Amino acid sequence: MKSTDNKKFPLEVSLIDRYKENPEDVFKTSHQKVKKSREKGFESFNNLGLPTTKKEQWRSTNLSKSYNTDFVIGDNKPDFDKEINEIFDCTIHGFSTDVYALLNGWYYSPDNEKLEVLDDGIIVGSIIKAQEEYPELFDEYYDETSQNNNHGLKAINSAIYTDGLFLYVPDNIESERTIQLVKMVNRESNIMVNTRNLIILGKNSKLSFLHCDDSINQHTGFLNTNTEIFIGENASLILYKLQNINNQTSLINSTTIKQKSDSNLNVILLSFNGGTLRNEFHIDLTGECANADISAMYLMDNEQHVDNQVKVMHSAPNCTSSELFKGVLDDEASAVFNGYIYVARDSQKTVAFQKNANILMTTDATIDTMPFLEIYADDVKCSHGATVGQIDNDALFYLMQRGIPEKDAKLLLIYAFIAEVTSKIDILPLRISIDDMVKKRLRGDLYICDKCVLHCSKPEKLVEFDLDMSKI
Amino acid sequence: MLLNIKDLHVSIDGKEILKGLNLGVNNGEVHAIMGPNGTGKSTLASAITGREGYNIDSGEIIYKGQNINELSPDERANEGIFLSFQYPVEIPGVSITNFMRTALNARREYKGEEHISAGEFLKKMEEKKKLVDIQAKLTKRSVNEGFSGGEKKKNEIFQMAMLEPTLAILDETDSGLDIDALKVVANGINTLKSQDNAFVIITHYQRLLEYIVPDFVHVMYDGRIVKSGGKGLAFELEERGYDWIKEHA
Repeated sequence: MKSTDNKKFPLEVSLIDRYKENPEDVFKTSHQKVKKSREKGFESFNNLGLPTTKKEQWRSTNLSKSYNTDFVIGDNKPDFDKEINEIFDCTIHGFSTDVYALLNGWYYSPDNEKLEVLDDGIIVGSIIKAQEEYPELFDEYYDETSQNNNHGLKAINSAIYTDGLFLYVPDNIESERTIQLVKMVNRESNIMVNTRNLIILGKNSKLSFLHCDDSINQHTGFLNTNTEIFIGENASLILYKLQNINNQTSLINSTTIKQKSDSNLNVILLSFNGGTLRNEFHIDLTGECANADISAMYLMDNEQHVDNQVKVMHSAPNCTSSELFKGVLDDEASAVFNGYIYVARDSQKTVAFQKNANILMTTDATIDTMPFLEIYADDVKCSHGATVGQIDNDALFYLMQRGIPEKDAKLLLIYAFIAEVTSKIDILPLRISIDDMVKKRLRGDLYICDKCVLHCSKPEKLVEFDLDMSKI
Repeated sequence: MLLNIKDLHVSIDGKEILKGLNLGVNNGEVHAIMGPNGTGKSTLASAITGREGYNIDSGEIIYKGQNINELSPDERANEGIFLSFQYPVEIPGVSITNFMRTALNARREYKGEEHISAGEFLKKMEEKKKLVDIQAKLTKRSVNEGFSGGEKKKNEIFQMAMLEPTLAILDETDSGLDIDALKVVANGINTLKSQDNAFVIITHYQRLLEYIVPDFVHVMYDGRIVKSGGKGLAFELEERGYDWIKEHA
């Protein structure tokens, strides 16, 4: 079905042209699997078109403005003429990460460092390079989640992505490091960027991964990212996602995760700023006793929009999952939460929880929350809940009676409200940085500036006291 | 006079609750306000502290010589008015330590003073915690969350000690307390009492007044103070009950 009756959006036309023109042969590859998947992606896109509000899953997220914007699609590969830290400063006090970057859709590094093997055996680098260097490993996982063409934006991503991150943690490597991927967009025109990431954790391995989306300037952007993640038996991944992009930019972030038995996934999604943010999670618990925890916080104002689509598939027995999404919506901001839990027929002893709580600061802010449970097993424990409320006036008066001005009291209550999410960040220096960002965001002091999303290189408040946010 | 309430009429949602209340409080005094349920005692506390929804239809609340009708709750608090809540609110996610530091700094900002230093703050916390026999671990917990009734009330007194108000209003602070907690609360109040501050203790029972000796006892009925006297009045009420007052009114 075409998105409109025979009439294509300008972006649709540009995307098709881009693929057909194939400038500099960026989509040309001798890698058979990639070649096929690009072709398949293009074919699917031709059938699906760009997703519009006519589709149920997109009915509250209208991207037509982006579809009618004139974008440069992709970009030429940037030269590596500056160190990453010259483009943005990413200091988190007392905490070091291994930083890798994508700039305008390209893996950003010197040519001879497109793919590295770290001393513990972790392989990290450009997904394009990985196709050449590790074809067998790559083929085993690439495009194996079968979720890559289920809407037009994913399909076109498969067809025309420029580059992305490849990350492989071998079996039995319990890494203490935090790999950080910073995706930057910085171009003096409106740009659409399509990137693809592939992350593989071997059995019994462990990793923390920090995924940041940033825009560096105020140009209109359209960022379309698809990430496939495989978590092996008894492996554990902590995935932090930080989103701080400008109000003109739309971000489509699709993440498909396959988990084997006894594996563990912790997602902490922090949406600070952005014109339109759409996060899709498709998590498939394929082995017994796997666990997935997804926590998210969103702070939206002006006319910002965030759409979180979470699907957790309990495909095996004895698995657990929990979703906690908390958001504060100010001005005319809007949010969507679509939480879908699927329990297959033989997935007995499933435990699945879901909670979406929202504070609306104005009468113009809106939330569309849709929990959905589809259960075919009979011995399961599932629950869901959604709340929409305003600031508690009794609590507000209590704080003001102690001398705290209304504005600060509200801020403190919001801060406390989302602390349930931020307190789950178990790397203390990162939590302090995030806390700082939250405070700045709530005070309106957080800017999309020329630095990284974690630009609070000087925490405004060190933990002088035990700020206990664990109790909520 | 520290607090001078003149012919105060207060309504909530158009319903008149206080119907011409007069009350004068001087520095160094302890006043007890007693009376049956539903006579407007808590409304009086809310009106003095500026709670939204409590409309002053007529009359004046003069505090430190200034009509405070137009001041916001936080401004009143920073002018030294403190309310110990009958039902302290649970605030998940905010530790008492953080809360108190925020409150103290808000007051300092209001007065144009520098923020309190970490060292000074911690010293003050330690000192005041002893006063109400509050346990160290309690101050790290979120405000009132999961606290027992007694802990909540002790926490109110602790906050009062930290903020050192000029006028403290205690709304049913004694309700729900066992005798040990009651003694701790009373001891806290007695220690904080000075020639410079004043207490207005709202209570249903005479019990707390065995430990805190009031200079004046007022009896409220139907939105007014219908009888005032010395501490003996509390005992008389205890013996004769509120029906006796109703006859008076």
